[in-house]
Amino acid sequence: MPTPAIELKNITKAFGSKVVANKNVCLTVNYGEILAILGENGSGKTTLLNMISGIYYPDSGEILVNGTPVSIKSPKDAFEYKIGMIHQHFKLVDVFTATENIILGLKDTDGYDIKKAAQRIKEISEQYGFDIDPNKKIYEMSVSEKQTVEIIKVLYRGADILMLDEPTAVLTPQETRKLFAILKRMKEDGKAVVIITHKLHEVLEISDKVAVLRKGEYIGTVITDETSESELTEMMVGQKVVLNIDRTDPVNPEPRLIVAHLNCMNIEGLKVLDNVTFTANSGEILGIAGIAGSGQRELLETIAGLQPMVTGGVQYIVPETGEIEFLRDKTPMQIRELGIRLSFVPEDRLGMGLVATMGTTDNMLLRSYKKGRGLFLSKKEPKELAEKIIEELQVVTPNINTPVRRLSGGNVQKVLVGREIAAAPKVLMAAYPVRGLDINSSYTIYNLLNRQKEQGVAVIFVGEDLDVLLGLCDRILVIGSGTVTGIVDARTASKEEIGLLMTKEVRRNEQ
Amino acid sequence: MIMFIQRAIIQGIPLLFGATGEILTEKSGNLNLGIPGIMYTGAIGGVIGAFLYENSVGPENINPALAIIIPLVCSILMSLMMGLIYCFLTVTLRANQNVTGLALTTFGVGVGNFFGGSLIKLSGADVPSINLTATANYFKAKLPFASSLGVVGELIFSYSFLAYLAIIIALIAAFVLKKTRVGLHLRAVGENPATADAAGISVTKYKYFATCIGSIIAGLGGLFYIMDYAYGVWSNNGFGDRGWLAVALVIFSMWKPDISIIGSFIFGALLIVQNYIPNLSMSAQELIKMLPYVVTIVVLVVVSTRNKKENQPPASLGLAYFREDR
Amino acid sequence: MNNKTHKEPLFHISRKDTPVWWKRFGIRIIAVILALIVSGIITLLLTKLNPIDVYLTMIDGAVGTTRRIWALIQKTAMLLIIAVAITPAFRMRFWNIGAEGQVLIGGFATAVVMLKLGGKVPTPVLFIMMIVAAILAGAVWGFIPAFFKAKSNTNETLFTLMMNYVAIQLIGYFVLEWSVPKGSGQIGIINQKTQEGWIPSIGHNAYLINVIIVAVITILVAIYLNKTKHGYEISVVGESQNTARYIGIDVKKVIIRTMILSGAICGIAGFLLVSGQDHTITKDTAGGNGFTAIMVSWLAKFDPLWMVLTAFIICFLQKGAGEIATMFNLNLSFADIITGIIIFFIVGCEFFINYKIVFRKSEKEVAA
Repeated sequence: MPTPAIELKNITKAFGSKVVANKNVCLTVNYGEILAILGENGSGKTTLLNMISGIYYPDSGEILVNGTPVSIKSPKDAFEYKIGMIHQHFKLVDVFTATENIILGLKDTDGYDIKKAAQRIKEISEQYGFDIDPNKKIYEMSVSEKQTVEIIKVLYRGADILMLDEPTAVLTPQETRKLFAILKRMKEDGKAVVIITHKLHEVLEISDKVAVLRKGEYIGTVITDETSESELTEMMVGQKVVLNIDRTDPVNPEPRLIVAHLNCMNIEGLKVLDNVTFTANSGEILGIAGIAGSGQRELLETIAGLQPMVTGGVQYIVPETGEIEFLRDKTPMQIRELGIRLSFVPEDRLGMGLVATMGTTDNMLLRSYKKGRGLFLSKKEPKELAEKIIEELQVVTPNINTPVRRLSGGNVQKVLVGREIAAAPKVLMAAYPVRGLDINSSYTIYNLLNRQKEQGVAVIFVGEDLDVLLGLCDRILVIGSGTVTGIVDARTASKEEIGLLMTKEVRRNEQ
Repeated sequence: MIMFIQRAIIQGIPLLFGATGEILTEKSGNLNLGIPGIMYTGAIGGVIGAFLYENSVGPENINPALAIIIPLVCSILMSLMMGLIYCFLTVTLRANQNVTGLALTTFGVGVGNFFGGSLIKLSGADVPSINLTATANYFKAKLPFASSLGVVGELIFSYSFLAYLAIIIALIAAFVLKKTRVGLHLRAVGENPATADAAGISVTKYKYFATCIGSIIAGLGGLFYIMDYAYGVWSNNGFGDRGWLAVALVIFSMWKPDISIIGSFIFGALLIVQNYIPNLSMSAQELIKMLPYVVTIVVLVVVSTRNKKENQPPASLGLAYFREDR
Repeated sequence: MNNKTHKEPLFHISRKDTPVWWKRFGIRIIAVILALIVSGIITLLLTKLNPIDVYLTMIDGAVGTTRRIWALIQKTAMLLIIAVAITPAFRMRFWNIGAEGQVLIGGFATAVVMLKLGGKVPTPVLFIMMIVAAILAGAVWGFIPAFFKAKSNTNETLFTLMMNYVAIQLIGYFVLEWSVPKGSGQIGIINQKTQEGWIPSIGHNAYLINVIIVAVITILVAIYLNKTKHGYEISVVGESQNTARYIGIDVKKVIIRTMILSGAICGIAGFLLVSGQDHTITKDTAGGNGFTAIMVSWLAKFDPLWMVLTAFIICFLQKGAGEIATMFNLNLSFADIITGIIIFFIVGCEFFINYKIVFRKSEKEVAA
C-alpha cells in the first residue's frame, strides 16, 4: 500500500480577477513514486508546485502533507515539511563553491565546519550517484552541474519530497539520462518525486503516474504503464475549439525567405537550432508551433541578425527584382532595412524592443531614430505614427508621452506590433504577439496579421495556443528541441497531430 | 630605517581601520562613499569626549582608564550614528548609495571641522586651542619592555594599543569573512541578495550590521590619527584625503582584510617615503603621493581584465535590494 | 508535526507608479521644510539663537548686497556647469564621480597655456588654445575610465574616484615646480600685470561672461540630451543595455563618446574657474564642487534645466550658512553640515515617491 506524501484537494489559485492559473486541482503524490505533471505552456504546472513550495498561497483548497492539513506560507515552511523544490532558474552565488551554496542559510548545530559539510555532500552524492566536486566554484560549472548543486541543496536539508520544474529543459540527452537514473534511485530510496515536463517520451520513461493539466484545469491522473502517447496528447491538447478568424487563401504565394540547414549554438555551447530548413512565402501566414524554449526565439533572432549562424544560411528574395540577398553577412540594421521585421514579445513583455520609461512616441523612435541626416531627432513622424497606432489599434493610454510601463500588457503589445507593421515590412515575424491578451485584443492582432498577409507580406507567427495556430495560419511548422519535426497544412491538420510532432524527440547527433 | 618602518606603519594604521571597515561594508553590497566623513566624525567624537573630560577634571587629575574609555565610546557613538544614517537611507529607504555616501562625507567632514574649530567657543572653555596631549599620552602608551628589546622591540612592540587593535580587527575580519557562517552569509548578501533572501538570510539585517560595524571600525581610524599620529592636536582638514586613500586600499587589497594589512603599510610608506629620500624636491614628493592612487587604478584594471571572479568587487555592490524587483 | 504561529509583518512595501508632478513636488517641498526645521533645531542647540534670526542672517548672507548676489550667481554657475557636465554620463547610468579631477585637469591645462604662452601669442589665439587645451585634458580624463568600462567592465565609480586624486597630485607637482616666487608653494595670480588670458569684465562685472557661457552650455546640453540622436541613444543605453543592443546601438561606442563629452565639459568648467575666476591653479580649484555637482544633478533627476534650481538652492544654503558662521563666530564648515542634512532629507524622500507602504489587515493565521 503506497503512503501518500502530498495530497491536494480542490486547489484554486487566480492572479487578478481574470487569470485563473489553477482550478480545482486534486492530486496525490506517494512516497516511492515518481509523478509527472504534464501540460502545455501556461497550463498552470509551475504555479501548482509553487503553492506546495510556499511561494504562492492557494486561494482555496487544502494541502495535506503525510495526511495532515498544512499551511505552507514560505519556502522555509516547505522545508520544515521536508519538501524541496528545484526551480528552473537556479538560485546560486556564482563565486561560491558548491558546498558553500548548499549550506547557505542553514544554522550550525555544532560549529561551522565546511569540511564536514563537504563530506556529507560526498556521502549524498555517492548514495544517489551524483558526480560533483564540492569545492568547485559555481561559475566554473555547466548548467547540469548547477542543477546537481540545487538538487543536493534540497537533499542536504533532508527533503523527502522533491519537486523539479522542467529539469530536462537545459540538459543534453546524456545528462538527462543521468538525471533520470538519479531520480530512480531516489524513488527506490522511498522519496516522493514530482517532475514537470512536456516531453512525452520522458514522461513515459521516468514516471509511475501522470497528472495532466490543461489551461489551469485538472484533467486527470493516469498510470504510466496503462497509457499511450496518443492518449496523453489528447488529454493535454483537448478538443479542437473553432475560432472565428477570417482566413483567406494565399494569393500568388512566392518564396520570400529561404532558410536552409541552419545551425545555431547558445552561450553554453549547446546546440539550439539543428539543421532547420523551411521556406516562408509571401501572402501567407506561416505558423511556428512548439513547446516553449524549443528554439523559436533563436530561430527568429538568427534571421533578424541578432544571433550568429554557425552553419547554414538564410536567403531573402527581393520582391520587385527577384534578386537574392544573403542575410549571413548583414548587420541587424541592414536586415531591417531590407524589410524583415521582428516583433518579439518576451515573457515580461518589456525589456526587448521597448523602453519601459519612454512614451509611445519615443518608443516609435527606437526603430527609426537614425533616419534623416544631421544630429537632431525628428519627432514629427514618430509622433504621427504613435497617434495613428493609438487610434487604429485602440491603444488605451493617457497620452502619447505616458511611459509604456504604465500601460496594460495588451496595450504595450499593440504598440510593439503596431510599430513593426507600420514599417510596411516584406517579412513580418511576430513572436507571441497575443501573450497574456484578452480575447478582443487578441482578435485585433489577428486581424492586423491577416491584413498584412493580404498585402503580400510573408508573415511568420510564433504562437502558444494550438487552436489559434490552426485557425489563423496557412501552414504550420512544428519545432521540437531545435529541429523541424514537421510542416503541416493548417486547414487539414488536427491538434493531436501537432501535439505529437511537438513532443517528438528526434534522435540527433550527440555532442 | 627602523624609524622609517615605524612611521610607515603609523601612517598606515588609520588607512587600515578605514579599509577594514569599508571592506565589511562593501561585502554586504553597500558602497559607502561616506567613509572619509565617518573617519572625520570618529576623530572628532574622540576629541569631543577627551576635551570635555579633560576640561571638567583638569589635565592633572585624569584617570587613565577613563581617559581612554570616554573618547573611545564617543568616537564609536559618532561613527555608529553615521553608519545608521547611511543604512536608514540606502537600505530602508533604498536611496542612491553614491549620492548618500558623498553627502555623508560632506556632512562628516563638516561636523569634524566645525566642532574642531568651534568646540572651544561652544563649550565656553578657557583655553587657547584644542590640545589633548594629556589624553593622547594615554593613547600613545607603549608596551613597557619595547625599548629594551632592541631593534625587534622597536619594530614590533613600539606602537600604541589602537595600532595592534587595527591589525587584530583586520585579522578577525578576514577570519570571519573566510571561515565563519556569518561571513558566508554576508558575502552571499553582497554577491546575490536575491539568492541570500531565498535561503532565508535577512538581507536588511546583514546590511545594517555590516555597515554599522564597518563604520565604527573606520571611525577608530580617525581616532587613532588624532590621538596617536597628531598627538591630540586637532587641525582642520589635517586628516586630509586619507579617507579616500582607505577606499583605494580596499580595491588595492581586492576586498581582503588580511592583504590590506600589508597594503596599509605600503600605502603608509608611500605617504612618507619622500622624507627619507635625500635631495628630493618638494614637487617630486607630490608625485610620490600620487602613487597609491595610480597603483590602485592599475589593480582595478588588471583585476577586471583578468576577470578572475574571486577578485572582483561584490557583484551587487552599489545596488539597493528590493525583493519584489526580481 | 510542528506547531508554529506565523507572524505576518505589520506592513509591506511595494513599488508604485510615479505620482503626478504636484505630488512629487509636494513631497520634496515637505522634505526641504523638515530639513530646515531640523537644521534650525541644531543651530538653536549650538548657538542658542532664535532660528528665525538665523535664517534671516542666512538670506542676508546670500543675497544681502549686490556683491553677494553676484558671488552667489557665479558660485551657482560654476556648480551648475559641472552638474550639467556629468549629467550625460549619469543618464547612461555611468556613475562618473570623477568630475573633481576632470575639472581640475581642465583648469590645469588652461593655466599651463596661460603661463607658457601668455603674451607670446595674440589674445584671441591664446583664448582658443586655452579652451582647446582644457577640453582635451578633460576629455582624456573622461575617456580613460570609459575605455576600461567599455572594454572590460571595470567599475567606473571606483576608477573615476581614483582619477580625481591622480589629477590633484599631478597639479600639486606642477604647482610646486612652477611656483612663483620659487619655493612659495603656489603659482600665484597668473599674468597679474598683463591680465593675459583673463576673461574680461563687462562693465564692472567680472563674472558676466562666465555666467553667459554656463547658460549657453546648459541649454546646449539640455538640447543634446532631449533632442538629438546621441541623446536618445544615451537614454536607451541607460534604460537597458539589452534593448540598446537589440536595436543595434553600439553600446561601447556610446559609453566612450558620452564620457569624452562629459569630461570635455568638465574641462570647460576648469577653464572658467581658472580664466574667469581664480586666475591661478591650486589643488583646491575645484573646491569639492565635483562631488557636490553629483548631488545637484541627481536632485534634478538629471534634467539640466532643473539643475539651475537645485544648484542655486545648494549654493544659497552654503553661502547663507557661511554667513551664519561668520556672524556668530563659528566655523565655516557649518555650511557643510546644513548641506548634508538637507541632502539626507531630499534623498530619503524619494522613497515616498517610488514606494508605497501597504499595511496588512489584522488577519492572523495559525499553521497546524
